[in-house]
Amino acid sequence: MERPLFYARAEAFPAGLRVLVVDDDPTWLKILEKMLRKCSYEVMSIDGETSRVMKGVQHGACDYLLKPVRMKELKNIWQHVYRKKMHELKEIQTHYNNEDINILRYGSEDLDDRNLTDGITNISSARKRKDVDYKEFGDQEFGDPSRLKKARVVWSVDLHQKFVNAVNQIGLDKVGPKKILDLMNVPGLTRENVASHLQKYRLYLSRLQKQSEDSTSGGNMPSDLINNDNVANFELASSTNMQQCSEHTKFVGTSENLIQGIIDDAHIGDIKKIVPVQVIESEKGLISDIPSSQNVNSVPQLSALFSFKGMTPGVEEKAREPTTPKHQTLHDGAPRMQFMHYPGQGNCTMLDDYSYLSSSDQDHQVSFNLSSSSPVISTTVTNEKDMKDLSEMKPVPTDQRNAHFAVVAPVACMTGSVSLQIKHGMVHSQDDGAICKLDGSPNTKGCSTEQIDNQECLPLTSEFSPKSEAELDSLPGDLHLCSIQKFGCFEDVGFGGAENLQDIISTPDTQVQNDWYISSELSSDYLYETVDYPLIDECLFA
Amino acid sequence: MDRSSLQRQLANLKKSLFDQGNLDEQFYQLEELQDDASPNFVEEVVTLFFRDSSRLVANIEQAIEKCPRDYVSLDALVHQLKDSASSIGAAKMMKDCTVFREYCDKRNFEGCQTLCLRSFQKVKNEHSTLRQKLENYFQLLRQVGPAEKATRSGK
Repeated sequence: MERPLFYARAEAFPAGLRVLVVDDDPTWLKILEKMLRKCSYEVMSIDGETSRVMKGVQHGACDYLLKPVRMKELKNIWQHVYRKKMHELKEIQTHYNNEDINILRYGSEDLDDRNLTDGITNISSARKRKDVDYKEFGDQEFGDPSRLKKARVVWSVDLHQKFVNAVNQIGLDKVGPKKILDLMNVPGLTRENVASHLQKYRLYLSRLQKQSEDSTSGGNMPSDLINNDNVANFELASSTNMQQCSEHTKFVGTSENLIQGIIDDAHIGDIKKIVPVQVIESEKGLISDIPSSQNVNSVPQLSALFSFKGMTPGVEEKAREPTTPKHQTLHDGAPRMQFMHYPGQGNCTMLDDYSYLSSSDQDHQVSFNLSSSSPVISTTVTNEKDMKDLSEMKPVPTDQRNAHFAVVAPVACMTGSVSLQIKHGMVHSQDDGAICKLDGSPNTKGCSTEQIDNQECLPLTSEFSPKSEAELDSLPGDLHLCSIQKFGCFEDVGFGGAENLQDIISTPDTQVQNDWYISSELSSDYLYETVDYPLIDECLFA
Repeated sequence: MDRSSLQRQLANLKKSLFDQGNLDEQFYQLEELQDDASPNFVEEVVTLFFRDSSRLVANIEQAIEKCPRDYVSLDALVHQLKDSASSIGAAKMMKDCTVFREYCDKRNFEGCQTLCLRSFQKVKNEHSTLRQKLENYFQLLRQVGPAEKATRSGK
């Protein structure tokens, strides 16, 4: 059947819904076929075969029905499809409206093939083969229906910039999501997006404030600096990596010393990213959100973004921050960098105090940005091997106060389809839209899923948080966490889903022990290409 | 006259099937699905069922013979059979399957094997009985004619 347009189909529903019935019992198959046909659905039936069935489940079955199936139940399944359609419609709008917003709908590279218009897939997942039938609605050509599942708004640098501008315009006290939304004037952006982003921003701000009070030296990062450079970088990072990250949050340094980062809101959940946490100095607080990928099917590997930018980080001046190289400071109480990195394969090379693993599948860029005063080591980690290099990299000598580290804290951004399992320090993506947020703190509220089904992610989130802290130690050796006391702020660091950043920032102490989470599945792409990324001193990548 | 007696017969047969617990609610569902587009839907389904389930029964028998102690696989097979039976509403058969599975669950208790065998025998018997009865039923149905399509009146 010709693929009608997304929208067109919406009108035709529920009739015309395409249903795939899978069952190993031919009798049931026949019965269900008949039942569905009576509902005016289009039916295709397949004899259950485990692999096919599992694929269906993987793709995110929306519903399951227990046998014996009643007509009434069948008649209701259209609701799933409808809901999905509406959701996707929205996603599409957002997608097209924001160029630099990466909407990660599909975690995989087949994004292009994805037919956004098609494919509302509503799959009933069967609990047991024998007991339940699988029904898959939607365009069967859709390769990976689960990819459609979540669309997240990516808080790109630009977008964030707009946001911040709006906020500043209104005045932080009087600000409200609606006002911001209006001011920003970004089509496709919802009030909820803004609201949660605002919440994170506020949290971030307050943390930074707090940090700046404690900080001794005043590495001030001129916010503009950050803005300018970071924007570029951010974009870079975001655009590159994020295929799967849907949102980047940039942190904007507003206060004199603070770079405020905003951790992306829930959307981040999508992507697992390493949130580069840069602990620069207390002043710098920056966290960049890791863009949350919306649907990361293939979970982006978490890439630790450490940009040791060769000395020339655009934002270099920031480096001035007399921050002790965080990397070194795990112990000394000086600002420490917290890396949360998900190793792709669990290779973690301890870089002095931190180790981090790069995700395996994809290149992750790890770039450490060291302050300009010290030779910036620019490292792009493309795979584990690189990581090793990184580790080899001598952390900037302690006297390099300015070293900034961009630590990528693996913020667990799980795309909808990815679920992080910190347990093994690996992130496994599951196409179920789980959102995991890894962060050093038990604070999981970052993971708000506005547009996604949060249910799955919540458990994950909670699973993660504790891990980040307490369990880090118990994590397999692969994971190492460097905890960084303070984070540098990256202005426009684009990270995906650094939800944790906030948390990271807020719980510096607890993170001393933190290991990095490295999720193999996280796509490191998300992190900016260090190369292009003019060094943002501190970048938090998520 | 003939017809009405046939109808009566049909009704009685159906009633007894339900009363005796051979069939349940699901059968009615099947009947409701029958329409002009598929006028013999119920019969087709039932035929399909018996074809498939005979195969299953044979498999189970074989399995019992070969590995009578392999309760796990036996259980799985019987579960499949039960599920199949549920498609047409073969209530008694389902119950018998359940009993069998319970024995399987308990496993290696003394006399388990015998009990399993016996209970499977029951399943088999019910299977044939039902088949026979339904064959009669459909035969009658055909004689009575489509107008007299079985409905809930039989209950």
